[in-house]
Amino acid sequence: MTETNELPEVPQIDFAGRSTSGPWMTALKRLFRQHSGIAGMIILGLLVLTAIFAPVIAPYGPNDVLIGKENVRKRAKPCIHLLGCPADQPQHIMGIDGNVRDEFSRIVFGARISIFIGFITIGLAIVIGTILGTIAGYVGGLTANVIMRTLDVVLAFPFLLLAIAIVAILGPGLMNAMMAIAIVNIPTYARVIRSSVLSVREEEYITAALAIGAGHRRILMQHVLPNAFPPLIVLATLGIGTAILETAGLSFLGLGAQPPDPEWGAMLASERNQVFSAPHLVFFPGLAIMFTVLGFNLLGDGLRDALDPRLRF
Amino acid sequence: MLKYIVRRIIYSLPVLFGVLLVTFVLARSVPGDPCKSILGEIATAEVCERFMRDKGLDRSIPEQFVIYLNDLAHGDLGVSIRFRRSITQILAERLPMTVELGMSALILACLIGIPLGMISSLRHNSTVDMMTMVGANIGVSMPVFWLGLMLAYVFALLLKDTPLWLPPSGRLSAGVTSVPFYAVWGWYEKSDSVPKFLQFLSNLYIFNALITGNWEVFRDAIKHLILPSVALSTIPMAVIARMTRSSMLQVIQMDYVRTARAKGLHERTVVVRHILRNALLPLVTVIGLQLGVIFSGAILTETIFSLSGVGRSLYEAITARDYPIIQGFTVVIAIGYIVLNLLVDLSYGFLDPRIRIE
Repeated sequence: MTETNELPEVPQIDFAGRSTSGPWMTALKRLFRQHSGIAGMIILGLLVLTAIFAPVIAPYGPNDVLIGKENVRKRAKPCIHLLGCPADQPQHIMGIDGNVRDEFSRIVFGARISIFIGFITIGLAIVIGTILGTIAGYVGGLTANVIMRTLDVVLAFPFLLLAIAIVAILGPGLMNAMMAIAIVNIPTYARVIRSSVLSVREEEYITAALAIGAGHRRILMQHVLPNAFPPLIVLATLGIGTAILETAGLSFLGLGAQPPDPEWGAMLASERNQVFSAPHLVFFPGLAIMFTVLGFNLLGDGLRDALDPRLRF
Repeated sequence: MLKYIVRRIIYSLPVLFGVLLVTFVLARSVPGDPCKSILGEIATAEVCERFMRDKGLDRSIPEQFVIYLNDLAHGDLGVSIRFRRSITQILAERLPMTVELGMSALILACLIGIPLGMISSLRHNSTVDMMTMVGANIGVSMPVFWLGLMLAYVFALLLKDTPLWLPPSGRLSAGVTSVPFYAVWGWYEKSDSVPKFLQFLSNLYIFNALITGNWEVFRDAIKHLILPSVALSTIPMAVIARMTRSSMLQVIQMDYVRTARAKGLHERTVVVRHILRNALLPLVTVIGLQLGVIFSGAILTETIFSLSGVGRSLYEAITARDYPIIQGFTVVIAIGYIVLNLLVDLSYGFLDPRIRIE
């Protein structure tokens, strides 16, 4: 967390009165001064590297069944040679799962799915939310009312319940689960964009732009949306973590990723009845989810302090 | 004030209607037909035809919606297709579980989250502050279902045969039964004549045991509630701790806090009456928002700890296409949401007399 009484960085001004470091550079510099931002970037950096180099890091393929290849049994405990596991036994640092696959390799490949889930769900929610929020804020009137009341209805449901209902209609599967999580997240982004658009719409520079004959599209693209961006980036970073958690929750209920996909929530769900006999198969996927979400949350915290101190808490 | 409440209720009606409509349409959009999923192998074409006619499912969707609204207006939530029992009866049995779980999780989150946030803000930038905030960040990142399973593993298996052992599932131990207070006090001779509201209250096991003085059930129910509540309270606790800290940090810088200290007030008075009181407003909003998180978490927590609450029932109803349960339960949850949000809004006036609700 960051200090609330820290002074904001003042952009350097050259003699002609121009800022030598733009607002984005200033924000980036501030981000690098936040402990939480740096910690988040380190965690996410490791995650991205793991995802990219998964085939190099993982000793086996995510769906490689080891029966007949190695002398291992189903749900065997982790075996780490450095920690005293006999050298004649094959090393499996996170153990073997219920289908005799290497748990560590599956976790490593799972990083790809988690990053994909986070970015696609929130990306989709932002695109639809931005369109709806911009229309509601800029056009106003009956259209805005209809949009906002519809979003109110979406918000009146507990998010997981609505997501379950949507997946029940679309059918279980990772893509459908992601779609459901994107839909339940739309109102948050639409509301933020709408409130930004509403405040920007009243600014004098919008009147000036209208006066010089700028079209609505130009005004929206050049003036309105860029001003609504900082809070959106902060929300999105924090939202990615939540989206990963929510999708993992759906997978845990059997509605998200289906076997044999190495999705962490689904991996955890498939072994949850074995928690007393093979706790490592529940522990490691959960830990992976937690670290990923923590990374996004820490980066989101750092970005919030760097980009929009008003939102700080 | 009364005018405001009435106006808020009127404003809530379109949202409630929207919830009804969306639930109705969503429930009927679930692929597969209820006859086959409920009757299974005996669902021949003839049997299914009669089944659909009996349940009114052979009518057109708009027709079904109008009938449903009419029934709802008369307080009839319908009959479960799967259990063949009234929804209000099922609610009276299952809602108390979720209410007990949600309330205990929220109370736990506030009891631990608020003091942690307070200590953090009063010892700003200290080790305690840093540890609390790191803990809070980890807390909001933890999957509820994972924490629940891990807690069950540690407390039910690793700590077996120690005084710290806690049960991993259910509401009461085998052999322990909760006798409803109306039966203890001999209010009704026949159990089917008991009003649903009294059944609801008696199914709040902790409350029922408390008023009937049955300490064995009381202890057992609390023991069963600890693990699910802890798992469910983690995220709200972390959010509440963060919010308390930031809200108090803002208030601490105010002139009136310095004045209060300057005039020699006891530090505890300054903290409780001047800082915390003023920091409560944003905190109450956040606590209100946590209700949604708690309900969503309840679906997962009830699944892990094998608790027959509303969350788990709803999930099962969606997969079994039991329309009346989906609709009935969702309506009750949506109304609960709207009422609780109204209470949160009304509390602003009490917390800060400068806010006049008009």
